[in-house]
Amino acid sequence: MNEKTMTAEDDLHFEQMIAEESVCTKENLVYEKPETLTDATMHYCPGCGHGVAHRIIAEVIDELDIQKDTVGVAPVGCSVLAYNYLNIDMNGAAHGRAAAVATGIKRVLPDKYVFSYQGDGDLAAIGTGETIHACNRGENILIIFINNGIYGMTGGQMAPTTLPGMKSTTSPFGRDVATMGNPLKITELVAQLPGTYFVTRTAVNSPVNVRKAKAAIKKSFEYQKLNKGLCFVEIVTNCPSNWKMTPVQSNKWLEENMLPYYPLGDIKKPSN
Amino acid sequence: MKKELKLMKGNEALAEAAILAGCDAYFGYPITPQSEVLEYLSNEATARTGMVVLQAESEVASINMVYGAAGTGKRVMTSSSSPGMSLMQEGISYIACAEVPCLLVNVQRGGPGLGTIQPGQADYFQAVKGGGHGDYKVITLAPSTVQEMVDFVGEGFDLAFKYRNPVMILTDGALGQMMEKVLLPEQKPRKTEFESWGSTGKPANRERNIIYTLSLQADVMEKWNQRLQAKYRQIENELVRSEMIDCEDADFVLVAYGLVARICQKAAHLAAEKGIKVGVFRPITLYPFPYADLNKLADNVKGFMSVEMNAGQMVEDVRLGVNGKKPVEFHGRQGGIIPSPEEILAKLEEKLVGELV
Amino acid sequence: MAKVKGDIIIDIDKCKGCELCAAACPQESLELSRKLNSKGYHYIVKIEDNCTGCTNCAMVCPDGIIKVYRKTEKKKEQVATITNVTGDITVTVNS
Repeated sequence: MNEKTMTAEDDLHFEQMIAEESVCTKENLVYEKPETLTDATMHYCPGCGHGVAHRIIAEVIDELDIQKDTVGVAPVGCSVLAYNYLNIDMNGAAHGRAAAVATGIKRVLPDKYVFSYQGDGDLAAIGTGETIHACNRGENILIIFINNGIYGMTGGQMAPTTLPGMKSTTSPFGRDVATMGNPLKITELVAQLPGTYFVTRTAVNSPVNVRKAKAAIKKSFEYQKLNKGLCFVEIVTNCPSNWKMTPVQSNKWLEENMLPYYPLGDIKKPSN
Repeated sequence: MKKELKLMKGNEALAEAAILAGCDAYFGYPITPQSEVLEYLSNEATARTGMVVLQAESEVASINMVYGAAGTGKRVMTSSSSPGMSLMQEGISYIACAEVPCLLVNVQRGGPGLGTIQPGQADYFQAVKGGGHGDYKVITLAPSTVQEMVDFVGEGFDLAFKYRNPVMILTDGALGQMMEKVLLPEQKPRKTEFESWGSTGKPANRERNIIYTLSLQADVMEKWNQRLQAKYRQIENELVRSEMIDCEDADFVLVAYGLVARICQKAAHLAAEKGIKVGVFRPITLYPFPYADLNKLADNVKGFMSVEMNAGQMVEDVRLGVNGKKPVEFHGRQGGIIPSPEEILAKLEEKLVGELV
Repeated sequence: MAKVKGDIIIDIDKCKGCELCAAACPQESLELSRKLNSKGYHYIVKIEDNCTGCTNCAMVCPDGIIKVYRKTEKKKEQVATITNVTGDITVTVNS
């Protein structure tokens, strides 16, 4: 007969046993990168918001299980190779034309989820015509607008959304509103068109904002299924390389400078 | 099923042919002298076959809508006229590089610049030498009757899908506006099957399809180009088409495409009345150009005169084909003027007959 | 009160050392390693063992290289007191 009592020492030993057991088990996994994001290493600069934006799009596609029904359109800009990172059928458009390319796809494949992904030059400079008219026609697509106030891929030139006084390689003394015009608030412009159903501005500089941006994208795909009209999700993001800052500094600069000019939130809430 | 015989205007016949060819989508922008294509399609196409007809905001938008829709593997087309065609050149370069099929129609007008609304043939270089950037070719068909405007639509789509290449019908404002009787083909059904390469939504059982035109590596791009070039050599071997009218014992041959070939036929008749034996060589495929046919013909004639509604474009290819064997002269009118048979004959006599006899 | 224990696994060869995760971590438990990965970047490592599995780091990671785990343990509550033992007691630990 073994008489055994649980002593305080045994208790402590027991606790330690539980603590040392690894947390990293399959049952405990709460987050890993989405399936629709390929394993290719993204070529974006360290800390670039494009990576987060691609990731949340992929998460939404996984969660809605629409990989087989989604066609994306990549722009010309840093994200010209977006089709290397999203495991869906995609088209690479000419510079500025993604909204027209997306229109062509959606018109012949009305049951698919079609989205374009465009930077500030693509969407609001060379592509302004195609952007406005796709919005005006109320094409049933999602336009994702990545606004970092600069031309990244070509080396840091001024963009339509570059802030007044902001330096770039083509505004080396700071954007001069008198000769270069004001930043173009294209999002506010398209929100005025009846064809746009949901227009919102988000960011991916903090976990809270990342979750909100993802929710906006998810809602937009859900609205697309209901043929509600064009959804326009702007994501204000950073460009550490061309802003000449570290990623952490760039997000701080974004909070202090970009967000006051481009405030976050719904510019046009869904009407019904 | 009986084919239908109708009296139709060129542009409208072309639009009707598009509907009958089972076209899935037309994206276009108004421009004289071809707005009737968009108008005709806007009227009845969608009701008849469910095809998409969309007036885009510009020719730039049109060609990019075509690029997007063509990438899904559907039968897609657009039409425009010279200045609008210039706007489409970037898109055509992308379409050719991505190897997606589509049908383009250029109802040429006088140029350059805004030009005139009267007919022209001055977009020959743009069409066959590649008006956009990079090494690519557009299969180019030149109708000379309203019937051919109709026939080349169905054929054009077939060729576009066979070779995964843009195909252009290079016509002009006179053919677009004139009325002739045409035999219309039967209705072909719209496409229901997806192409294996199309961007239609990736199912689990295949890799994703990407319609793109970029490479960051030069060696990859070179291989891509070599693949395109191999395709073009195949096209040049398989697709050349031309028509020879009364060339068997001709002394002189007028070379012309499209509308001008018909005027040259009349000029040849007038020449015959004067005892001059004139034939007409009509290239039907402008790309691939019938160099070999011309070269062979050169053995048996005394000289050629290329007649065009431009300042001298196709004549360069005629010279390449003839390759120095015989003289090649040129007569052209620009700005929308259509040459008359009498003037063509007079120029022929002046430049060739007088010189050589 | 439940005690939450988390952990993360970082694919260090894909880390670009942007430090956005470190800035987002409420536990301040991430820092750049002094070492370099195969791409030449200093990569992120855990410097504390206080992870709660909140996923903030993974949310802001532009390269999607962080896997997050979370385990919620029930704190042991005393449910009874053994006051009178008259025979053998067998203690079995559930794994």
